[in-house]
Amino acid sequence: MASPGYCLDFEKPLVELERQIEEIKKFAAEKNIDMSEEIRRLQEKADQIKQEIYSNLTTWQRIQIARHPKRPTLLDYVGMIFTDFTELHGDRLFRDDPAMVGGLAYLDGRPVTVIGQQKGRDTKENLQRNFGMPHPEGYRKALRLMEQAAKFGRPIISLVDVVGAYPGIEAEERGQGEAVARGIREMAALGTPIVVVITGEGGSGGALAIGVGDRILMLENAYYSVISPEGCASILWKDASRAPEAAEALRLTGKDLMEFGIVDEVIREPMGGAHKDPKAMAETLKEALIRNLLPLLDQDKEALLTARYDKFRKMGAFIEG
Amino acid sequence: MLKDLFKTKPKYITVRPPQELGTRQEPAEKRDIPDGLWVKCDRCNQIVYHKELSKNLNVCPKCDYHFRIGAKERIDSLLDEGSFHEINSGLTSTNPLNFPEYESKTKKSQKATGLTEGVITGTGTIEGQPLVCAVIDFGFMGGSMGSVVGEKITRAIEYATEKGLPFVCISSGGGGARMHEGILSLMQMAKTCMALNRLAAAGGLYISVLTDPTMGGIYASFASQGDIILAEPGALIGFAGPRVIQQTIRQTLPPGFQTSEFVLEHGMIDQIVHRKNLRATLGFFLKFHAREDKGGQAIG
Repeated sequence: MASPGYCLDFEKPLVELERQIEEIKKFAAEKNIDMSEEIRRLQEKADQIKQEIYSNLTTWQRIQIARHPKRPTLLDYVGMIFTDFTELHGDRLFRDDPAMVGGLAYLDGRPVTVIGQQKGRDTKENLQRNFGMPHPEGYRKALRLMEQAAKFGRPIISLVDVVGAYPGIEAEERGQGEAVARGIREMAALGTPIVVVITGEGGSGGALAIGVGDRILMLENAYYSVISPEGCASILWKDASRAPEAAEALRLTGKDLMEFGIVDEVIREPMGGAHKDPKAMAETLKEALIRNLLPLLDQDKEALLTARYDKFRKMGAFIEG
Repeated sequence: MLKDLFKTKPKYITVRPPQELGTRQEPAEKRDIPDGLWVKCDRCNQIVYHKELSKNLNVCPKCDYHFRIGAKERIDSLLDEGSFHEINSGLTSTNPLNFPEYESKTKKSQKATGLTEGVITGTGTIEGQPLVCAVIDFGFMGGSMGSVVGEKITRAIEYATEKGLPFVCISSGGGGARMHEGILSLMQMAKTCMALNRLAAAGGLYISVLTDPTMGGIYASFASQGDIILAEPGALIGFAGPRVIQQTIRQTLPPGFQTSEFVLEHGMIDQIVHRKNLRATLGFFLKFHAREDKGGQAIG
């Protein structure tokens, strides 16, 4: 069910019908009348509408789902997928960035390091977490924890969900560009398996800075793009409201990225999106993480790094004349 | 003589101040150095005779403002005469996303710059020291990085690694990663950085020279990763474009924000080098790191 008070525009017919069904059920119970036939009929119709809406999602609708305020965050997944999660803080240079979370945990009994951006689950938390947009110290913390993982031979699970690395004065003063580049560069060289999942928003350099790995997965409604659709639309047409068009042009869904050879697997979400059934989503994601990680554990370090290099080395499209 | 000056209507160009540029979008695609006789310096507003400006490496003789220059001019001004040998010149873009107006944009840039794509790569010498270089041209879609720019830079780095040569990259890119190739452009950041790892592991020297503007995905990948990072005075350098930052924080940006001087003060680069000293400075660093086994060997 859509959470009360928040539903996406395209979901309105469904939400309206579901509200009617609830009312009829309530009415039937109160008056003690059998309306099961009526309810069954409406429920069938609701299911049909649901199918229609969710099996034909446009790119823009997927982006709205990826940005849904109720979409599970890193810490939600951590609680459902891993055990004994212990958060580790700080970049040892400047401060602890609450927009980036990292720590130790067991995945199916195996010690791993988990990192990812952390969006807030309400306004207050979003202010504290800077809407999940890390400063350079966030990226440097993530890198510190990943280097630690490599030292102790632990695999790294990176869950990416970020609209972009924070664009601000202090972020520039402390070298946001350098922090992003350093993250990319060092991840490429870490001698331990890395599984990356784009769980929501894959916002450009701010995503890639923790997005280099041996397996790159994406949730069904996640997107991964060089620029936000709004930014793209305002450059192309000087009109940010044409973001839905720009979103189509950018080819940023999991399906597109599979075609471009960027992503290895797209993970199915519960109908309507991860937030409709976080538990089921977490179960599917856990299975995918384990299945993708296991074959990497058998590889020796050199083979792993060579394969990682080759994976990214062939990305791109050009004509050799 | 004096009369002659007034016979033709003087032609001016306007060069926009760096503060307006450097956001993700590629700014107006025109050559910043004009064909007209006279040039109005955008910083000091003085009128400068074009020939005098050229002779001065396109630096305003009155106020030292560094005009943007194209990749070819850059190579001519830095490398030993006749030493440059281009590699991988045949790579051109496709339109993998079928992105609106992409082909017409690249065609326009090709016409404006005389280049096939946004970067020239090759081998040559500076003060007798051999090197592999990559020079990004701002005039080609704002110096943005798509698949071809990423591939050519990666190949240049790999060539330097293989031959034991130093790699020098002259960056200029207001657009960062080129949006017209979407995710493929973003991945060039990873590709180039990974090649740098191999160069570093082989003990190869990498000097990154930042010129106006070096932003976004260019700065947030190979450009910020030099063993030695130099910048021309007054260049716009940073991650997010000033306009994006301003829209996000809704405050006026401090004067001098994201300039070469700003990034030097904040510890992001090693030196600011005036264009007239760039060749000698690069020569010094190359000679200082010259490897006995490779120094002075013939390249081709």
